[in-house]
Amino acid sequence: MIETELFIVLLLLFIGIVIAGIRILKGPTAPDRVVGLDTVNTIVIVSMVLFGAIYNVVIYIDVAIVYALLSFISTLFIAKYLEGGDF
Amino acid sequence: MIGTIINYIVYLFLVIGVFFTLLGGVGILRFPDVYTRLHAGTKCTTFGSIFLILSIVILGLKTWHLGDTDGSVLAIHSIIALIAILLTNPTGAHAIARAAHRSGVMPIDAVVDRLKEKNDKNQDRKKTEVDTLEDE
Amino acid sequence: MLAFVITTLICFITYLSLTTGSGDVVGLWSIEELLFGLILSLIAGFISHATFFKNDTRMLNPVRWIIFLVYLIGPFFIALAKANFDVAYRVFTGKINPGIVKISPDLKTDLGVTMLANSITLTPGTLTVDVDEESKDMYIHWINVDKNMLNKKTLDCSYVCGEFSDWIRRIAE
Repeated sequence: MIETELFIVLLLLFIGIVIAGIRILKGPTAPDRVVGLDTVNTIVIVSMVLFGAIYNVVIYIDVAIVYALLSFISTLFIAKYLEGGDF
Repeated sequence: MIGTIINYIVYLFLVIGVFFTLLGGVGILRFPDVYTRLHAGTKCTTFGSIFLILSIVILGLKTWHLGDTDGSVLAIHSIIALIAILLTNPTGAHAIARAAHRSGVMPIDAVVDRLKEKNDKNQDRKKTEVDTLEDE
Repeated sequence: MLAFVITTLICFITYLSLTTGSGDVVGLWSIEELLFGLILSLIAGFISHATFFKNDTRMLNPVRWIIFLVYLIGPFFIALAKANFDVAYRVFTGKINPGIVKISPDLKTDLGVTMLANSITLTPGTLTVDVDEESKDMYIHWINVDKNMLNKKTLDCSYVCGEFSDWIRRIAE
């Protein structure tokens, strides 16, 4: 019964991803693009959790946890790269 | 009866979550520079995902209460995903802001910038030190 | 030794929380998962205890964790909600007056500074940009700078983060 509503929520979240994607394409400087990417990552994690709830497959949520940690590490590495200097 | 109330709470949480997540996206488009965009991108998506994931947790607890242990798995894993988001999101924003400032992207229309003043002062001091060394 | 035990325990609890619903020991776990989790957390504790735990028994006190939970649910969540309505207002009206200010919160431990920086990032109109490693001063991007504060070099913490530094001091110092 609640699956339909969750699908509508997912559709709206997809619009959010598209909006953040516009910022990734447009962003005048490199940090702007990273901000867009960070937002896309968060929305993707939430969408994975919602998918797991809709299909009742818990492994999707495990993937979301791992995705959250890996996207955090990738953000840190991109930030370190933009900063320049030694690793 | 209680089931309907729980359903309405879940709907309310879903609406709040979606509204703030989309607001984060719109904020990223509308604000003028990196730092203000980070405000929108970090705060709104974190708040939105708290509510979206909490609604899933409530759903999971409800299924658990009805006698299905799958619900407990759903709820606990969602809470761990929420903790991961809460820990990593502000730290990532801080890393991006610091990288942006060090790579030379300054805030637009800033009324005051103490960090830039401090860095300029350090640079001047280094320059004078180098000058005095060269003089000797 | 203490470091090894604590790291192993935390690993084991994490493993257990991730494998609920696999069998019927205590209704939730299977015996294979328990054994395998114990072996894995012993290995993880042996490898990483030196980096995870650095002779700081301060956070082992459960009172600090209770205060942390109260802080998280009470003042922190209210400030987070306020922050979001603030951002919503600024997204729709476009009224911003940004600047980077300096505060010195006078915290000593790394954990305290990290917690305060994360709290500041998630609360109304502020975002931590840089932290001075030696003096622990913070440089904060403020979306709506108060005009009366412009002549001060270092701001008092309460203008930017309210009661937070007191809470953090109770939790982490």
